Amino acid sequence: MNKPANINVPKPPRKRGKVSIKKVSLAHGGGGKAMRDLIDDVFVSQFDNPYLSPLEDQARFELTDLAKHGDQLAFTTDSYVVDPLFFPGGDIGKLAICGTVNDLAVGGATPLYLTCSVIIEEGVEIEMLRTIAASMAKEAASAGVKIVTGDTKVVNKGCCDKIFINTAGIGVIRTGYNLSSGNAVPGDVILVNGLLGDHGATILAARGDMALDAPIESDCASLHGLIKTILDICPDIRFIRDATRGGLATVLNEIAQASGVSIEIEEDKTPLRTEVKGFCEILGLDPLYLANEGKIVVVVPAEHADEVLSAMQGHALGTGAAAIGAVGDWDAGRVTMRTVFGGRRIVDMLVGEQLPRIC
Amino acid sequence: MKYVDEFRDPEKAKMLLKEINELVEQIDICKTRPLAIMEVCGGHTHSIFRYGLEGMLPKQIELIHGPGCPVCVLPMGRVDDCIALAEMPDTIFTTFGDAMRVPGSKKSLLQAKADGADVRMVYSPLDALDLARKNPDKEVVFFGLGFETTMPSTAFTVLQAKEDGIKNFSLFCNHITIIPTVKAILDSPDMQIDGFLGPGHVSMVIGIEPYEFIADHYNRPLVVAGFEPLDVLHSIWMVLKQIAEGRSEIENQYSRIVPDEGNDEALAAVAEVFELREFFEWRGLGSIDHSGVRMRKEFIDFDAERKFVVPDIKIADPKACQCGEVLKGVIKPFACKVFGKACTPETPLGALMVSSEGACAAYYQYGDPDRLRELEKGELEKGELEKGELEKGELEKA
Repeated sequence: MNKPANINVPKPPRKRGKVSIKKVSLAHGGGGKAMRDLIDDVFVSQFDNPYLSPLEDQARFELTDLAKHGDQLAFTTDSYVVDPLFFPGGDIGKLAICGTVNDLAVGGATPLYLTCSVIIEEGVEIEMLRTIAASMAKEAASAGVKIVTGDTKVVNKGCCDKIFINTAGIGVIRTGYNLSSGNAVPGDVILVNGLLGDHGATILAARGDMALDAPIESDCASLHGLIKTILDICPDIRFIRDATRGGLATVLNEIAQASGVSIEIEEDKTPLRTEVKGFCEILGLDPLYLANEGKIVVVVPAEHADEVLSAMQGHALGTGAAAIGAVGDWDAGRVTMRTVFGGRRIVDMLVGEQLPRIC
Repeated sequence: MKYVDEFRDPEKAKMLLKEINELVEQIDICKTRPLAIMEVCGGHTHSIFRYGLEGMLPKQIELIHGPGCPVCVLPMGRVDDCIALAEMPDTIFTTFGDAMRVPGSKKSLLQAKADGADVRMVYSPLDALDLARKNPDKEVVFFGLGFETTMPSTAFTVLQAKEDGIKNFSLFCNHITIIPTVKAILDSPDMQIDGFLGPGHVSMVIGIEPYEFIADHYNRPLVVAGFEPLDVLHSIWMVLKQIAEGRSEIENQYSRIVPDEGNDEALAAVAEVFELREFFEWRGLGSIDHSGVRMRKEFIDFDAERKFVVPDIKIADPKACQCGEVLKGVIKPFACKVFGKACTPETPLGALMVSSEGACAAYYQYGDPDRLRELEKGELEKGELEKGELEKGELEKA
């Protein structure tokens, strides 16, 4: 990695602050020494890199460095408010990195730089913040991205739920790619990279108010590597999207509407864990609408479907990949599913929140 | 999933469908008009749409989606009462999730929550009782809702609260009973129903004897049905078989769950806590005699309606709504004037658009089975489809 412009002149390293008390107070958001100590101790020490450590009001990059990765800048933002903060398979910190990395990667971009803004409720344990920051640092390192600038705010108790994180991300799209939800044409094949609904089911179970224990883990993962693999072997891939909130059903509806095509999926080919099926069965939920944090929907021309599918299956994050359906032209904007039972039904956009049935 | 997948076997479905087609050929009514079978319970409606069953059945069978979705039939005035209770100071209002979106005359519970009321979703009335124990300085009101299926658990919870001497727990009782409602539909002059699929979970509590009058006095067959797709097809086959053989009897397809005599313990708890109301108001069907229950006077301390003041104002269903006609099988959801226009799952006007178990919401979400069926057989030309889309587009604009 090239050096950023602002550190050309060597300076003596700044002495970093430390926090000695156990809980965050409003003073930590006050702009003074307490805030500086908190930022240094919790975040800078974990995210440490030459773009961040000068603590200017902005991170600075050479345009020529960016241009080495491609010819279009990709820029995205996402906020993370998950409850509970820690769940099987991940935590809010890991999620805040994966989610933004994936939002860049699905557009064909190489994710490079992330921001990290946190809004903290007073009274939160500093140690918990350290755990979250460490989780962010670990995931950022494995995704090959740097957290280069950030912000910390502390609000009164009750004004936010423990911690909210926003990460924005910059990546560069490799030359020649133009992935778009409007690209699908009849005949294209729909692929997914594995079992669906694990994240949504995990979070619902982890909230504990279902009195249901399910041996399920969130699929939370950075997918840039998998995405690069399949784009390298097939630059003609029409579109990729991560099936987060709203699940598979929502992404398929977005594609059908944007491309003016129909999509039909096969229920028996749609990969679902038995535990997730059982969980949905009991609560009256439809797994097609459950959130994922490590699953992508890929629209690929039929002639490349097999090679892309086997490339996905050969990647650690795509072992359960499957072709689940195809694009058609019989009813523009419509998504249908051939049920396991042999019938056919419409798969619509989710209305409101998915609420469990009562009987 | 074991014990579930067995009831979703497409090969067995094919066999049943073949026999259903053969039976339809033998039934005289089918030569002149479609045979109307009502599934009383919203759970069946949900299964029928979820598995695309209607599109698999022969055209001569028309499924009428009945009144058995307790969330759907809750009248606006009762929702207003809920909101009044939820907005009392120092109150936690607890409800099943489905009821959160039901519109009152001004707002739903979901909107009341957004406005600051402490409305919480629970999965069992016992969770509400636990909240009462943990929050002794708050009144915890449980919104009791549902047919005989959910009535016993509410009754047990009230009995438990009384035994434990809990003072800050009360029930806003909106439990309803299915039998008077089926009777009201059968007595309706525009009723056109040839047979019934009886509710599975209600019958698990009440048994099958209470349905006898349907066979004896109205000469209609009723088959208590399970909820898996094969259960539903099998039950339809049983109804057809009765009609083909000129019988009208009460049969139990769901005998793996439903004992013919019902559940004595559950019935005893219900009888101890509840008594019939003179009448109860239903959204879409109006007032039906003896169709609701309230708490007996021994439990007056746990009755939110008597412990607190609720507005108790009757609010007429929106005039444009044709839920009543849909419920009785007189019109299909698509034929309603406001379907997909003023009335959508996001902004439901009528009862049947509210819950995923309501017929209109199912049609809106899962599609018109007739259209899917025609599509299946390639009977719709592409042009016609586009026209259909156009109409839907126009509807949405309107």
